[in-house]
Amino acid sequence: MSEYFRKYIALRKHNIQVAIKKAKKSRNCYLFLAPYAILFTMFYIFPVVASIFYSFTYYNILEKPRFIGLQNYIALILEDDIFLTSIKNTFMIAIITGPLGYILSFLFAWLINELPRWIRSVAVIVFYAPSIAGNCYVIFSVFFRGDAYGYVNAFLMNVGIIDKPVLWLINPDYMLPICMLVILWMSLGTGFLSFVAGLQGVDRSQFEAGYMDGIKNRWQELWFITLPNMKPMLMFGAVMSITQAFGVCDVTMALCGYPSTDYAARTIVTHLFDYGFSRFEMGYACAIATVLFLIMILCNKAIQNLLSRVGT
Amino acid sequence: MSRKEKKAKTEKVYRKPLIKRRKPNRSIWGDILLYVFLLFVAFVMAFPIIYAVSSALKPLDELFKFPPRVFPQNPTLDNFSDLFVTMGKSWVTFSRYLFNTVFITLVGTVGHLIVASMGAFVLAKYDFPGNKTFFKIVTVAMMFTGYVTQIPNYLILNKLGWIDTYWAIIIPAFASPMGLFLMKQFMEGLPTSLIEAAKIDGANEWKVFTNIVMPNVKPAWMTLIIFSVQALWNNKASTFIYSEERKTLVYALQQIQSGGIARTGQGAAVLVVVMIVPIIIFVLSESQILETMASSGLKD
Repeated sequence: MSEYFRKYIALRKHNIQVAIKKAKKSRNCYLFLAPYAILFTMFYIFPVVASIFYSFTYYNILEKPRFIGLQNYIALILEDDIFLTSIKNTFMIAIITGPLGYILSFLFAWLINELPRWIRSVAVIVFYAPSIAGNCYVIFSVFFRGDAYGYVNAFLMNVGIIDKPVLWLINPDYMLPICMLVILWMSLGTGFLSFVAGLQGVDRSQFEAGYMDGIKNRWQELWFITLPNMKPMLMFGAVMSITQAFGVCDVTMALCGYPSTDYAARTIVTHLFDYGFSRFEMGYACAIATVLFLIMILCNKAIQNLLSRVGT
Repeated sequence: MSRKEKKAKTEKVYRKPLIKRRKPNRSIWGDILLYVFLLFVAFVMAFPIIYAVSSALKPLDELFKFPPRVFPQNPTLDNFSDLFVTMGKSWVTFSRYLFNTVFITLVGTVGHLIVASMGAFVLAKYDFPGNKTFFKIVTVAMMFTGYVTQIPNYLILNKLGWIDTYWAIIIPAFASPMGLFLMKQFMEGLPTSLIEAAKIDGANEWKVFTNIVMPNVKPAWMTLIIFSVQALWNNKASTFIYSEERKTLVYALQQIQSGGIARTGQGAAVLVVVMIVPIIIFVLSESQILETMASSGLKD
């Protein structure tokens, strides 16, 4: 047994020595990477660590952070009803718009794939434009205005479905569905581009082989040839849409107000803003950020496991 | 007839027909149904944007007309000129806001492009200890939004004394993981023999990077540029910058927008001004962006 361990340690030592030698040889590589690595550590890795650290303290910027253990997390879960609302809202939005937006991205990328080149490029612009159109989503607050002059209200009243105007963006019952609608409108983003490009890259001869082997319609072709070829892009798109779905805050803040009626449209990120930049309870806000971070990472890992089984 | 012209002529003969021949396993009705559906969805997607543009062109009396019309009857540019008048009367001049945004966008994008492609180059083409681990961490960083790190970022920038300067926006933008990721994936597609040939000819790493690699990854440049411009142009920067004279254009425009019902026309003009820049850049560089995205896949 000890023989085995000694061998193992010797091997490890050898490996480390080789690595150090290699590292010395590739000094230039590290020099190239250094600017990015330093900035990345400073603004991405370190903040995550710091956020986890501060989440165990009481910190209001003026005083020194004071260690209070798990109290922030206990308060979050047991005392903060609004946080629970925000978690519920965020999950509702994420579970509905995340997968739906992802599927829509793929579906449209796939449908426009066979169009002639110039029509395809116009279609890509039309579908992708909403997600880069700045704060164009504000226009939806005109459509869903609460009085009889709001277009949706006017239309529904003319048709006779409702007899008095609905306060779409003030009534808690309607807020979330409307926000979801707007988020879905904007959901054909980076993932969509990746799908469009990936579909163009699928090897044509595979389709021909598929015809020979008796693939009957476009759906069989999709499942047996296209999807397995697209796996890396599917992964990338999933990462993008999960990140987007859990980070919702701009749309709800712009449409339903901040704070919204009865906190009906509060998401985790708006809750984070409230504590971080309005009340300056940094420790508490960091606890919220840590919870959000964990949710996102776990979701991504779970989805990646799921996707690695596609087409097998 | 020169050889070139001849070649052009033969190529013309073999050009594909406008509408591609149907694949053998497709039904005509399925195709027609799908394209009608697609047209409908495209209309729905485009409608809010079309509506925003057209209401920016409406004169005031048409903006409040009921029932509303999608297209203006007498289109004017009054809203835009009103916007400039309002901006001209503000305490900080319009040109200053514009300068702020352009400066932040330009410096942030150029810096990001240089820093990220330097990192991507070695990650893609050299094998050194820590290479794979670092890239894995970068991909993990793509999995959470920037909001998670915003509070510690504020504290860090505060320690550095960068709060209320342009650098608070610019420097963190250099390290955006998305740019490095796309650049690295694209550079992996470059043939290694190209780099080896240059090395045999006596070029050092820096020479290889500037003279061989960078000219060959131009499509990826455009992609990094559009993502970076998009993020920086739309950056309100209201958390990190509080002096009025350093605020960005988007922030100032949105202040005008929230000016209530009298500013409805100008508000619509603001929407158009804000969205037009990223969309135009995208339209101009679409094919290059798609070329880059083809290598964007995430392997595990």
